[in-house]
Amino acid sequence: MPAAGNNVLLKMENITKSFPGVVALDRVNFEVKAGEVVSLVGENGAGKSTLMKILSGAYKKDSGRILLNGKEITIDSPSHAQALGISIIYQEFNLTRNQSVGANIFIAREPRKSGFLKWLGFVDEKRMFKEAGFLLTKINSRVSPRTTVRNLSVAQQQMVEIAKALAFDSRIIIMDEPTAALGESETKILFDTIYSLKKQGIASILITHTIEELFKVAERIVVLRDGRLIGEISAGEATKDAVVQMMVGRTLGEFIQKVQAEITSPVLEVKNLSRKGVVDGITFTLRRGEILGFAGLVGAGRTETARILFGADRKDSGEVTISGRNHMIRSPRDAVKAGIGFVPEDRSNEGLVLKLSVLENIIMATLKKHSRVGWVNKRKMGDTANNYIGRLAIKTPSLKQKAMFLSGGNQQKVILSKWLATSPELLILDEPTRGIDVGAKAEVYRLMSELAKSGIGIIMISSELPEILGMSDRIIVMHEGRIAAILNRSDATQELIMSYASGQQ
Amino acid sequence: MSEKKNSSAILRLNGKNLLQNILQGQIVGITLILFIMILLLSIFTKTFMTETDIFNILRAFSWIAISAFGECIVIITGGIDLSVGSVMAFSGLISAIMMTLGVPMLLAVLLGITAGSLVGLFNGLLVTKAKLPPFIATLGTLLIFRGLCVGLTGGWPVRDLPASFSYLGQHDIPVLGMGFPVPLIFVIIIGIFMSFFLLHTIWGFRIFAVGGNETAARLSGINADRIKILVYTLGAFLSAVGGILMTSRLGVAAPTAANGYELDVIAAAVVGGTSLAGGEGNILGVFVGAAIMQVLRTGLVLIGVSAYWLQAIQGFVIILAITLDQLRKRRIQ
Repeated sequence: MPAAGNNVLLKMENITKSFPGVVALDRVNFEVKAGEVVSLVGENGAGKSTLMKILSGAYKKDSGRILLNGKEITIDSPSHAQALGISIIYQEFNLTRNQSVGANIFIAREPRKSGFLKWLGFVDEKRMFKEAGFLLTKINSRVSPRTTVRNLSVAQQQMVEIAKALAFDSRIIIMDEPTAALGESETKILFDTIYSLKKQGIASILITHTIEELFKVAERIVVLRDGRLIGEISAGEATKDAVVQMMVGRTLGEFIQKVQAEITSPVLEVKNLSRKGVVDGITFTLRRGEILGFAGLVGAGRTETARILFGADRKDSGEVTISGRNHMIRSPRDAVKAGIGFVPEDRSNEGLVLKLSVLENIIMATLKKHSRVGWVNKRKMGDTANNYIGRLAIKTPSLKQKAMFLSGGNQQKVILSKWLATSPELLILDEPTRGIDVGAKAEVYRLMSELAKSGIGIIMISSELPEILGMSDRIIVMHEGRIAAILNRSDATQELIMSYASGQQ
Repeated sequence: MSEKKNSSAILRLNGKNLLQNILQGQIVGITLILFIMILLLSIFTKTFMTETDIFNILRAFSWIAISAFGECIVIITGGIDLSVGSVMAFSGLISAIMMTLGVPMLLAVLLGITAGSLVGLFNGLLVTKAKLPPFIATLGTLLIFRGLCVGLTGGWPVRDLPASFSYLGQHDIPVLGMGFPVPLIFVIIIGIFMSFFLLHTIWGFRIFAVGGNETAARLSGINADRIKILVYTLGAFLSAVGGILMTSRLGVAAPTAANGYELDVIAAAVVGGTSLAGGEGNILGVFVGAAIMQVLRTGLVLIGVSAYWLQAIQGFVIILAITLDQLRKRRIQ
């Protein structure tokens, strides 16, 4: 007997949604029962966030029906969705950090003083704080309604978001990557909260792409891949492998193919790299042909280390030697000259100039090479760009296409082309396959193997353990700004990496 | 084999794309507006299409246009320069003072232009090293150098400038039977140069990159600070040139010259398609934008509209032009 009642609260039928250049959702069906806890999983770019944004009123569907309690509805806007009883809690939270918890819970609907003052717009703070406090105790949170949101921890802010949803009398609460920024004990508290919501008949939809934890709380798991519904399993029957197989389409083994490259002389030697409060005593060597994986939890210091190596951030102390030469890298420009390329985590904001064309993005780091005395050689630029478009199979209608219209995978290829054009000695890739569809991921892995074979050293920062285990020759695990372990591929397992990453060893 | 085909394809694409750009871009819209305005004015006034009138208009707008070219590259990087009016007056004034002190004309002009450019350099340093928001930094320099103009002259205009100097602003060069004002020739030459600078040099490229996404540009190895200092300095250089031409035309260097011109300059750039958000802009558009503003001003006077209503109508036209551009952009997306 399913734990929730049999009544279907929400039904989404044949939902289709497209954006320029990509079909995000293709006739997806999704339903939720009252009080049910459903986990919506899929790789980045699978369509989970898009589907939920349609439900929460942030996007409009292109076609399909949505039925609430059996009646067909249209969701015109986020506030309309809230009025219908659907709330969404985004990963970055939608809180105004400089205001109080109470003000946030009742945002745009602050209780007003009665009588003449109500007309003038005066807020009844006493009542606001009292009701906010009541909602917070309902979810067993000890946060005080008068606290400024800025002073709360991430987990506490999440509680405020949940209380806000309750204030709207929500029957469905969608949570986007709710455990991403939480520690173990905080996650447990969140799950307890979800249980108490369930007892009140409130359904929770949890979007994620890390599945382990959700097995502990979800009743049903729905899997999306490439914008399509692949299948559903009840949590009792599912195994992690089965779910991953549905998410990814192949077994992990087939999926990540690494071709071993010859590992030769050191290309990068880092000694005691430190920056106060960020990283401490980072020491390691990267060799040509090697893929060095950097594992660790969010905030462990991996991206920070990469940025320091690339000159984007200052270092307090430490030596960096590239191909035997000591380098003072004080800016990305120095880094590029020294032979380092950096593909950042945040593609759209840090890796590409979306307004500019594919061509312009590809040659952005090699302007001098494509010019003479400052005068740009457009033919040479075109040749270089076409070369990489061919080599990396970048799908674009033309060189002049603005980068913003490309899919995630192709955007990543453009960024890679930009760095390949600099003939780098080593490449730092930060979450290289995040937000990329499965097919493009495989291409990126193939490319990485090829690059390693050509003698480039690669540092790959990744939060996806299968990727780390599948592609790295050696694995550096970071924890709270320090290197916790350096493992050989043959010795590493997911559990071992996780235990170092969480500081248990 | 296919690579070669693609190479020439990109050149053809470039040529074709230029046409496509022209058809789809804001250029068509504003050029159309310009032609309509000119048509209406030549119908409704008897004097508009005479050679004298046209060249009068073109002479007056020359220094606005030249300054607007400079403003354009500043705005493309995502900044703004409010000090252009003060720079124009200041450089004209410095040249004039030098000339009255007996400095040879050419040297005096060079000193004036250098002085103006240094103001730009100062702006650039304020924005990059002191990290001031461009609006605040250039507002400050607007006041400082306007104040210097008044302070240096005690409020009195500097007269009695040598005849050789007046040549620049007041002379016409006969071309094809018509007398082209020298300032207009400056606009055309500088316009062509700036267009090539923006579209065909590595610095122009970096300007668009920094304006499009400064973070990504920095992480691609571009020295964004250097580019910003470049655009503010070059922009002020152009304003200084404009100021010299203006002073030459007027025959005196008044401390109140070019008062409020920054609004005209910015309007010309923005009407011409330079996006205040950064990353977009073209020189030809700025030229048309400046022309629109000037034809409007002169045209309205010719029709007989009282000078008092001029500003209101100009403001209306600016809002109209930008709104039309926003609508066009939204339709494309």
